[in-house]
Amino acid sequence: MSYSTIIEDNIDILVVGAGLGGTGAAFEARYWGQNKKIVIAEKANIMRSGAVAQGLYAINCYMGTRFGENNPEDHVRYARIDLMGMVREDLLFDMARHVDSAVHNFEEWGLPIMRNEKKGSYLREGRWQIMIHGESYKPIVAEAAKKSADKVFNRICVTHLLMDESKENRVAGAVGFNVRTGNYHVFKSKTVICGAGGASNIFKPRSVGEGAGRVWYAPWSSGSAYGLMIEAGAKMTQMENRIVLARFKDGYGPVGAYFLHLKTYTQNGYGEEYESKWFPALQQMVGKEYLDPEVSHRTHRPIPTCLRNHAIINEVNAGRGPIHMVTMEAFQDPHLEEIGWHNFLGMTVGQAVLWAATDVDPKYENPELTTSEPYVMGSHATGCGAWCSGPEDLSPPEYFWGYNRMTTVEGLFGAGDAVGGTPHAFSSGSFTEGRLAAKAACKYIDDGKAEGIRVSDAQINRRREQIYKPLETYRVFSNEVVAGTVNPNFINPRQGLDRLQKMMDEYCGGFGVNYMTNDKLLNIGLKKMSILGEDLEKVAASDIHELLRAWELKHRFLTSESVFHHTLFRKETRWPGYYYRGDVMKLDDKNWHVLTVSRRDPKSGEYTMEKAPLYHLVGDVEKAAPVDHH
Amino acid sequence: MPTFVYMTRCDGCGECVDICPSDIMHIDKKLRRAYNIEPSMCWECYSCVKACPHQAIDVRGYADFAPLGHSVRVIRDEEKGTIAWRIKFRNGKKDMELLAPITTKPWGSATPDLAKVPAPSKEMRDSQLLFNEPKYIRMDDGGLHTLQSNGLEIKKGVQY
Repeated sequence: MSYSTIIEDNIDILVVGAGLGGTGAAFEARYWGQNKKIVIAEKANIMRSGAVAQGLYAINCYMGTRFGENNPEDHVRYARIDLMGMVREDLLFDMARHVDSAVHNFEEWGLPIMRNEKKGSYLREGRWQIMIHGESYKPIVAEAAKKSADKVFNRICVTHLLMDESKENRVAGAVGFNVRTGNYHVFKSKTVICGAGGASNIFKPRSVGEGAGRVWYAPWSSGSAYGLMIEAGAKMTQMENRIVLARFKDGYGPVGAYFLHLKTYTQNGYGEEYESKWFPALQQMVGKEYLDPEVSHRTHRPIPTCLRNHAIINEVNAGRGPIHMVTMEAFQDPHLEEIGWHNFLGMTVGQAVLWAATDVDPKYENPELTTSEPYVMGSHATGCGAWCSGPEDLSPPEYFWGYNRMTTVEGLFGAGDAVGGTPHAFSSGSFTEGRLAAKAACKYIDDGKAEGIRVSDAQINRRREQIYKPLETYRVFSNEVVAGTVNPNFINPRQGLDRLQKMMDEYCGGFGVNYMTNDKLLNIGLKKMSILGEDLEKVAASDIHELLRAWELKHRFLTSESVFHHTLFRKETRWPGYYYRGDVMKLDDKNWHVLTVSRRDPKSGEYTMEKAPLYHLVGDVEKAAPVDHH
Repeated sequence: MPTFVYMTRCDGCGECVDICPSDIMHIDKKLRRAYNIEPSMCWECYSCVKACPHQAIDVRGYADFAPLGHSVRVIRDEEKGTIAWRIKFRNGKKDMELLAPITTKPWGSATPDLAKVPAPSKEMRDSQLLFNEPKYIRMDDGGLHTLQSNGLEIKKGVQY
C-alpha cells in the first residue's frame, strides 16, 4: 500500500481527542508550557467533535461559590450519593474547586450564559446546572484550544499509544491514520493527554436499521479513551458502572431542564404516581443509607439516578407503561414552552424532529419516556475510566503517585471520560480535568521524567502493519466470492459491531434482558468475547472509511471486555436500575464498599482485578440546602 | 433523522465533509456532490446542515420511528451571532420560529493567547492554581478551596 508515513517529532504534549476534556488540556498546556510543543490529534474536526459537537443548553457542573451557592464538598456529596458511594472524592473535590473558573473563562470568550435578572447570578436550572445558549459551545471552546496548540491534526483516527522502549510502562506518543488521505501518522511525544471519548453503541441500541445512530451518547463516541489506555496496560476503574438514561422515547431528548426548570414530572400510563411504591422493596435491596425518601424530601438529598430508573423499569414490567412526562401543565406558559423547544434545538435536535414528525405537541399531549440501552462513560451520572492519581494536597497514599490525572502508565494523563471515579463532571468538569492534566503534564516534563524516551522503527512499523491489516484482509479475500458482504474469511465492521452489541445486550445486562445478568451469563459472555476477539483479527475494510469503523470497533471491543470483567468481579447489585446481578441482588457494603480496579496485561491479554479502598470526605456538616431554582 | 442533500442546491464545496463529526458526509465521485454514506451512524447533530453555505442539506427523521412530512430547518449566522430555527409539524398545525444567540462577542475575538500572557511564577507552578486563578474562581480575592480551608478530612471506609 502506498500510504505515506508522516512523523511529527519532539512533541511535549500530545492531546488525543479534543472534545471538552482535550480542548481544556490543549488550552491550559500553553500557559504552563509557553515554549512547549503542543499538538492535537482528533478523529473529526475539533470545531464540532466530541459529545458537545451539537451544542448544549446547560452547563451541568457549576458551583457558584461566587454567588454563595455551593462549595466543592457539596458537589462531592451529591455525586457520592448519586453513584451509591462509589466515587473518587479527591478527584471530584479537585474538579469542583476549579470548575467555576473554567465557566467564567467561557463567558469571557463569548458563550452566552443566561442570567437571573433579579439576583445578577447565573440562571439556575437546578442546584448544579446553569442555563446557556450553547449551540456554539464547542466551536467557541475549540477556538481557544486552537490558539494554544502548535498544530491541530484533524481527521486522524488514533489507534494505539506508542510505548517507550528504554523504560517499561512509559508512554512515548501515539499512532493513527488520516481518515481522508489514508496516510500513517506517528506522533512522538513526551506526554499524552487522552481526551478521547466514552462508549456508545456497545450495547444493542433500542433503535433499529437506519435509526441505529439515534443513541443517547454520540455514535462517534467509540470507547477510544478506554481502548487506547487498556491496550497500553493502564489500570481502569469502575468499568462495571455503565449508565442507563431515562429519556424521551426514541429521540432521547434530555429531561434535565424539564424536571428541574419546567417542573414537569412523570406518571405511569394510567396517570398514577408510581415511584414511591417501588421504594420500600428497593430500600431492602440497597439499605437505608442509600435510599431514604423521607430524608431526601427533608434535605434535598437526591434519590440516586439508578434507583429512579429502577422504579420506571419495574412499573413498565408490571404492565402499567408507558411512563409519561407530564408537560401539559408547564407548556401552557408560552415562555416555558419556548424553553422546552429551545432545550432540544440546543442539544438534541432529533427530538424536535421526532415530535414534529409524530405531531407530538407537549402542550396537548404528555410525551413518553423510556430507559435507554446502557452506555460506558465517565462524565455523566457514571464514573468509568482510568485509575488516575489525584492532586498532592488532597489525595491519600493509595490515590497518589506524583502527577494529577496521570494514569498508571507514566506520562499518560486523562481528562473527561478517560478519568475514572469522577462522575458529574459533564462539559465544564471535563474541560477542567483537561486543564489539571495539562498543568501536571508540563510539570512531569519539567521534572525530567520524560528524558531518554526511545521508540524503535520496529515498533512504528509493527503498528503500521496492524493498522492497515483490515484493508489487506479485504484485498486478499474479497474476490473469492462473487459479490456481497458474505465471506467465509472475514467480517466487516458493521457485522462485528452487531455481534458485539447482541452479546453485550444478552450477557452483560442490556435493555433486551431488562438489565439483568449473573455470574453464569457473564462467564459465557467472556468466552464468546474471546472468540470475537479472534474474529476481529480478521475484520476487513473495503476503504479508509471502513478502516475507521474497524478501529472504532476494536476500541469498543476492548471497552466491552473490560466491562465484562468488572461486572463479574463486583459480586453485588450496587446500582439497581443500571444493571442487576441476579445471583447477588443486594448491595453489599461489607465486602464491596470499594472501587474496582483492573489491568489487562498488554502482552498476554490476561486481566487481573483488585479492590481499592474508598475514601470519603468528612468533617463538615451539610448546610441548609441553598436551593432556589429560579 | 439522517441527513440528505438536495441535488440542485449542492455544489460539492465540501464544507459538510469537513465538519461532520461522524465522517459520513462524503462527495459522490460521479455526481461531485455530497451525500450521507452511512445514515445509521448519523446523530442528527445538524453540524453539516448548519455548515452548508447553500442550505442544501436537510434531515428526514429516522425511518424506523419518524413518519414523513415534517421539517426542522436552521440558519446559523456567525456574523450576527444567532441561530434561527423553524419547526413544522407533519399535520401542519404547528409552525414555530425560534431564535437564539450563539455568542456574545465578535466571532473568535475574545479567546486569549496564552503564549503571550506573563509566564507563571515558580510559586504559582508549585501551587494548585490554574491559569487566571485564583481570581476567576470567585471573581474576587478569595483563594482556592482546600481540605483545611473547608474543615474537611478524607477518611477510609464506610463513613455514613
